[in-house]
Amino acid sequence: MVTLIETQTQDYATVTAEVSTRTDLADSPVRDLNQALHNATDGQSWTVENPGGKHSLAVGINAGVTVTINGHAGYYAAGMHQKGEVTVNGNAGVGLAENIMSGKVHVKGDASQSAAATGHGGLVVIDGNAGARCGISMKGVDIVVGGNIGHMSAFMAQAGRLVVCGDAGDALGDSIYEARIYVKGTVASLGADCVEKPMRAEHLAELAGLLAAAGRTDNPADFKRYGSARNLYHFSVHNSTSY
Amino acid sequence: MCGIAALQLRNPLLHPRMGSLLSSMMCQIVDRGPDSAGLAVYDTPGLVSASTSTLSLLGREQGLPAAGIAAALENLLPASAGTAVKVVGDTTFVSSAVDTELLAKAVRETLPDSTIIGRGEHVAVMKSVGHPMDIAAEHGLGAMSGSQGLSHTRMATESAVTAGGSHPFSVADDLCLVHNGSFSNHATIRRDLLREGVVFDSDNDTEVGARYIASRLKQGDTLEEALTNLGKVFDGFYTLVVTTADSMAVVRDPIACKPAIIAETDDYVAMASEYRALASLPGIETASIFEPEPGKVYTWSL
Repeated sequence: MVTLIETQTQDYATVTAEVSTRTDLADSPVRDLNQALHNATDGQSWTVENPGGKHSLAVGINAGVTVTINGHAGYYAAGMHQKGEVTVNGNAGVGLAENIMSGKVHVKGDASQSAAATGHGGLVVIDGNAGARCGISMKGVDIVVGGNIGHMSAFMAQAGRLVVCGDAGDALGDSIYEARIYVKGTVASLGADCVEKPMRAEHLAELAGLLAAAGRTDNPADFKRYGSARNLYHFSVHNSTSY
Repeated sequence: MCGIAALQLRNPLLHPRMGSLLSSMMCQIVDRGPDSAGLAVYDTPGLVSASTSTLSLLGREQGLPAAGIAAALENLLPASAGTAVKVVGDTTFVSSAVDTELLAKAVRETLPDSTIIGRGEHVAVMKSVGHPMDIAAEHGLGAMSGSQGLSHTRMATESAVTAGGSHPFSVADDLCLVHNGSFSNHATIRRDLLREGVVFDSDNDTEVGARYIASRLKQGDTLEEALTNLGKVFDGFYTLVVTTADSMAVVRDPIACKPAIIAETDDYVAMASEYRALASLPGIETASIFEPEPGKVYTWSL
């Protein structure tokens, strides 16, 4: 008997702050910003100016704060995100929201490769395109991409939902376990053990909820669902001599 | 890990700022490769001039003083060629109004131990070991004018940390290659090229790539075709930038192991390993910014 991992319904309740602290990275180090965020308490807010593609912006946030980054972020923005909401008014580099646990990260532009990699929970919204390996080894995070995603996305995905409003690159969902993938456009190719699956009422409802959480108006009926054929991770007795 | 920053200036009004822009880009990729570095600049007054071949030689010490090298070359070349020798930073430049090949032959005869790291009518190549920004400063990059510029900061993996192993590799007239990544089958391809009579200067894997592209171009490939063929023959990780007298090309390996980001405006095309190297370019706020697709060859001509 195999117990399948079910994705929990997540609450993306956002925090509202009254006063915002303005940090200009043209004249203050990233380390100071991150330290201030680590010392923060629920309800506080930051606006970050002149990010200039710097790496590791707003990483490891563990309080219900809102952070708005006005410009492009470098590698590992909002990594290890635990609580609160980070918005990037620009593009994000490699490893956006890597290992996100909960909360919300929203990129208004494009994200480079490995967005939301290994994420355990929370919501990552990318309005533009995401590069290769989006949601690689995702473990419960929800990802909504407004544009296209690159190759090897959702590789070894274990739990969570990946929604793609554009097209998906090669080898989508290779070696996937139990995550659910919804793609509106074309899929260049499916990876090993990833198959198209029927859209039932519960999937349409789930997708509608994810699209709404991402602030999108796409019609859930336009999407196809992909997931695991579950042939790869079950032991087959025919292979007993291979070990 | 290595760092790349490359700039092609479409607007001639920006040419006087080529060096300062490239220098500010390079400053942001030092972390990616702090052991050695190299530069290629195109149409830079004082280093190259029209209708004159210029060779870039590795090192300021060539065993002879500059005047001595010039005197020896003048004996081998026509008096009207106006042969000149100049030392800038850690690089010796030799120029003469003769064919590049003839000048190279005279230099090899005069300085048999020297290594030619750049050649052509348009390009000057400089490379050395040490902190990339020190190397750029020693060569006076910040004040240089030019049409295109290419810089590389190296974190050596496939061959030793030597000036000769630094990028760019320039093995045919006005052709330069820089590489972030590593080729895994370079020894096999090197043997194939050796059998064709190609001569190598270093043990470096990227030099094999440069020699391969030069060989393909010689056989009639366009730059785009040469890079497509490279993708069929070479195995490994790579983001490559290739520059010629009037064009620039970018290609990433089919699984996009190494980063690249491009910014394009009416005034320039800029490519770098990371966005932060592009962040201070003029008009970046309205530039078209994208990551090159895996396995796809991009070219831009002046």
